[in-house]
Amino acid sequence: MDDNSEHRGYPGASAPARSRQVDASGVRIAVHEWGAEDAPPLLLAHGGFDFARTYDVFAPLLADAGWRVVSWDQRGHGDSDRAALYQWEADMRDAVAVLDSVSSAPVPLVGHSKGGSLTTHMAAGLPHRVSAVVNIDGIPSRRAMPDVQDRDRTKLLATDLAAWLDHRHDMVDAVRKPGTIEDLARRRGRMNPRLPVEWLEYLVTVGASRSDDGWRWKIDPTLRMGGFGPWRPEWSLQRLADVSAPFLALLGTEQELMGFGTTLDDVRGFVPPNGRVEEVDGAGHFVHIEQPDVVAALVLEHLADSVAKGRVA
Amino acid sequence: METAAVTTLQHNRIALALHEIRPGRGRPMLLLHGLGEDASRVSRHELDAWDGPVHALDFTGHGASSIAAGGGYFCEILMADADLALQHLGSATVVGRGLGGYIALLIAGARPEQVRGAVILDGPGLQGGGPAPTSLDLNRPAQTGETPDPVALTELTRDIRPPDYARTFAWQASALSGMDSAIAVAAVNRPPWLAEVASQPGVVECGLADALVLFSRSDGPSTEAG
Repeated sequence: MDDNSEHRGYPGASAPARSRQVDASGVRIAVHEWGAEDAPPLLLAHGGFDFARTYDVFAPLLADAGWRVVSWDQRGHGDSDRAALYQWEADMRDAVAVLDSVSSAPVPLVGHSKGGSLTTHMAAGLPHRVSAVVNIDGIPSRRAMPDVQDRDRTKLLATDLAAWLDHRHDMVDAVRKPGTIEDLARRRGRMNPRLPVEWLEYLVTVGASRSDDGWRWKIDPTLRMGGFGPWRPEWSLQRLADVSAPFLALLGTEQELMGFGTTLDDVRGFVPPNGRVEEVDGAGHFVHIEQPDVVAALVLEHLADSVAKGRVA
Repeated sequence: METAAVTTLQHNRIALALHEIRPGRGRPMLLLHGLGEDASRVSRHELDAWDGPVHALDFTGHGASSIAAGGGYFCEILMADADLALQHLGSATVVGRGLGGYIALLIAGARPEQVRGAVILDGPGLQGGGPAPTSLDLNRPAQTGETPDPVALTELTRDIRPPDYARTFAWQASALSGMDSAIAVAAVNRPPWLAEVASQPGVVECGLADALVLFSRSDGPSTEAG
């Protein structure tokens, strides 16, 4: 899709076979697919500050096993529109627009991090559209905010709030900082310290655009990490308990910055009767990038089991 | 009601309309409308209770402000709408109806030096989506290009307002404004977030006129003599 991209290979990486757009209530969502067009579809949701092509290695493993793998760039990410506003339920409705463009019959959903949480919520909110779920290290379980006394938190929040509001003033016409491929890979590496530099450099060539003054990540510069609000992670766990489709959660055992820090113990009480949770030993938050073959095998096994269970039911 | 002048404030990709309802000298009153309303709903009741200039903001997706294509509305974004109005006005006493009352609380906590008192009135959207999530609703209402945006109405009806979250903003307003009282609850209805706020030290329960008398007496860092 990018005519200004610089081709750099990465072992096992394949560009999507097809790309198209879906209109999600006025926001154009870029959809990327791997695998045969007439194969059974599954949806694959990326995490925050990622984009569909971070699945360039993982998605082909599922496609090679006979699935039509449909991923999309969430609003503000990759080749999708920059939206006026960003919010959790808007992301979910965008995902439903993608789902509507694929099938009205139930399909499996697979997602990583924020994408894992999205798929879990969709399975709870639209049970008739979802046949199975795999959530890859995408279960929030605790507050990002340090555990401090309420009164002390007031001051912390005041500082955060002022910073957030100031940021809202400054964002008109904001642009991302340009740099070389190596610069962008290094910056991303600070949030992804466990991933190989060759992979991060490859991501620049498929997830950034180049202009005269350098490369820029194709992510809305007005998006901001962290933040605040009334939302609490235990509400996600409550949704998890609602899921009826066969559910598999994978947790990386190595805690790191971008992860939710969720452990088996945090999740255990909320796993639905038709679900299970497994740890992937030695993997950080980007489980499927660190161990693509292991994760693909677990996903394919779960989907095969789900189909078999579906036949029984 | 006719408005004297409209200032457009750019909030990222949204153009906000700030209406000057009545010019004047001294500290302005900033009015925040309820869910589905707009600046034209300013009432004589509110105007008569304040001697100084009066401004009213149309929130994103409401009145003469622009619509967010694809939605994504939430209360903290409206708080940032109000913050842009405050930045334009310098400082203000903020009066909000319903949804606007909740936003008045948020901005009073977030900008305690600029908000010289916030009054919470009854009005549409006072309840919000309750203290905890309701069942998921993933239907997508169609956007018409008209305000109020149906998606704004849907999303802002579901906005979750835990009482302890609201309380934090009341504490911040009390602790950091330097005012004896920074929040006045004039609403009759008391959804859980507002019942919690009303019971906090430094929050007064009284009518609009009394609240405005109280706040008009308070000095502030950026208060101009009227």
